[in-house]
Amino acid sequence: MFASIHVPEIAPERRARLLECARDFSPWVEQTTPDTVTLDIGSLTHLFGSPRNVAEAMARRAAELELAANVAVAANPDAAVHGARGLTGIVVVSEKEAGLLAVELLEAPPEIAATLAMWGIRTFGEFAALPEDGIAERLGPLGVHLQKLARGAGNRPLKPANPPPAFEESFDLEYPLTLLEPLSFLLARLLGALCARLDSHGLATHELRLRLKLENGGAHERTLRLPFPMRDAKAFLKLLSLDLDGHPPPAPVTAVSLSAEPVNPRVVQHGLFLPPTPEPQKLELTLARIAKLVGEGNVGAPELLDTHRPGAFRMKRFTLARNGRVGGQVGGRLALRVFRPALHAQVAAPNGRPAQVEARGVRGRVLQMAGPWHTSGDWWRADAWSRDEWDVALSDGALYRLYRDRHGKEWFIEGRYD
Amino acid sequence: MNALALDPRLTAQLTFRMRPALEFVPSGVAALDALTGGLPRGAITDLYGPASSGRTSLLLSILAGATGREEVCALVDSSDALDPSSAASAGVNLERLLWVRCAANPEHALKAVDLLIQGGGFGLVALDLGDVPPQIARRIPLATWYRLRRAIEDTPAALVVVEREPTLKSCASLILEMQREEVAWSGSAGCSELLRGARLAAMPRKPVRQQTAAFDARAVEAAEKVRGQAEACPTRPLNSLTCRAGHASACPLRASGRTFSAASLG
Repeated sequence: MFASIHVPEIAPERRARLLECARDFSPWVEQTTPDTVTLDIGSLTHLFGSPRNVAEAMARRAAELELAANVAVAANPDAAVHGARGLTGIVVVSEKEAGLLAVELLEAPPEIAATLAMWGIRTFGEFAALPEDGIAERLGPLGVHLQKLARGAGNRPLKPANPPPAFEESFDLEYPLTLLEPLSFLLARLLGALCARLDSHGLATHELRLRLKLENGGAHERTLRLPFPMRDAKAFLKLLSLDLDGHPPPAPVTAVSLSAEPVNPRVVQHGLFLPPTPEPQKLELTLARIAKLVGEGNVGAPELLDTHRPGAFRMKRFTLARNGRVGGQVGGRLALRVFRPALHAQVAAPNGRPAQVEARGVRGRVLQMAGPWHTSGDWWRADAWSRDEWDVALSDGALYRLYRDRHGKEWFIEGRYD
Repeated sequence: MNALALDPRLTAQLTFRMRPALEFVPSGVAALDALTGGLPRGAITDLYGPASSGRTSLLLSILAGATGREEVCALVDSSDALDPSSAASAGVNLERLLWVRCAANPEHALKAVDLLIQGGGFGLVALDLGDVPPQIARRIPLATWYRLRRAIEDTPAALVVVEREPTLKSCASLILEMQREEVAWSGSAGCSELLRGARLAAMPRKPVRQQTAAFDARAVEAAEKVRGQAEACPTRPLNSLTCRAGHASACPLRASGRTFSAASLG
């Protein structure tokens, strides 16, 4: 059995009340139109008795919510909707009452409505009485469908409008937590519940937000952004623990709130002949552990910047690139090992050409040299560079790249060829 | 009874385990592959040699080959010495290279390598101790290397360690000593000289081979800088790499900040 609640000319601000009224009776509620809701009351008869009693209870609840509602009960959702729209008060729609409904309630397309008006059909009963073959011949499949609705024989399923699930868990503490270890037990519990809910909806998350309410009235927020969607509570717990180790809250914690941004889970087609790659979850944990060890800015993939500035690069987050540029063997190249920062050097340079170099850990006579190569750029910025580069072979047996800063007139060793 | 119950577990641990035959992957240097068969997977390769002996050049060739096979690689850089431009020029796909910069802390570097091997999935893990003084490298306990050897044994990863002097001893399955045979300079002395590259040699010390694998490493910056500028500059003859003072002032590249120095052109 299905019930429909219809409030004629409902004000926009009262539409939420209509939905609330229906949800008080069943979680399976269809928002048919803004002024009509339909719900399954099949199991409510055990609680309220007859279908009419259910309809009366709904009408009472609607009145409490200050809604002047028509409530109709029928065997299928369409019949219930037509009954609520076409009849006033509380109605259990029977064949006789359905037959009296105006044919306009079917909301037929204009050409079919005009044909029915031309035939003199005004009620459901008159339309239902027409021969089905003739309707199919003259009005097509849509006409047959409308006639089925007029006979009260619709059989469509209910389309319940569930509210979007909120993936948030919170916990208020009776006493403030000062250590991270007990906090991790709490986080494990919240993450378990959150991941179970994500799992039940077939979703995952790529962003976890942790909000800690502090004893001093402040809040400590951390956001964990993942390169791919996950829903592994254990992995989340380890990542959050590592993150909190690096960024602990400044005061004792009095409340914990955890929310997740739901997204579709990651689907990957593995190949038999592809080279092995790290498992994404393990890789994230490994990167988090290494970042804790050496610092966040010291782990990642180097990315060259589009500039002529020597040694310009930035560290970006390391992700498992797919369909990226495939590197290739270019051939043997003489690599430079750079000193960060560049070594300040004392250089004896008679006639402007280096002859003797001394720096921390480097000392030698210049045996052979190439240069200078003058480079400069970014002259419009405060950090403009202008320098003369030299490649030199020193008597210590190594090859170095020197440069002379043309602004400060000082010498530096940029790196060593190796 | 307890002794009897523990017996199978103890004997399983103490039973001699036959190590499977090593699988080798190309190193990226044909002469070296012909000599050693490549780099062993599931084992440690030790690259050692003095400064400017070509250790880093060989390492970048190895990384270029591995990233070219679409393997995920990691470089644990104890001295923060990697030049990403050199790596890109050598053909390393930087998107598949995880770079861990340890700011002159070998202890962190060893821990990071341990974490990477435990994490699994990497085709090649490189540990660069090339700027760590030998007296500090020798302080790394041999047990650490044994543990790393055991950790990597059953994985498809190759671990390459770069250092100044060999400290891995029996933990490494392949030990290569690097030497620089000669440096190639071009141009006339005192004017417009160029570092063109170096001839490098890798000598297998374990297993011992009488031959050496020699290969050339071209200097990236100087040669390509000149060639790139020469080709980009319309006022300059393409077949000449020698600068003229008159050209430098007219070079349109001066405006872009990549030009020759008039002072250097004699």
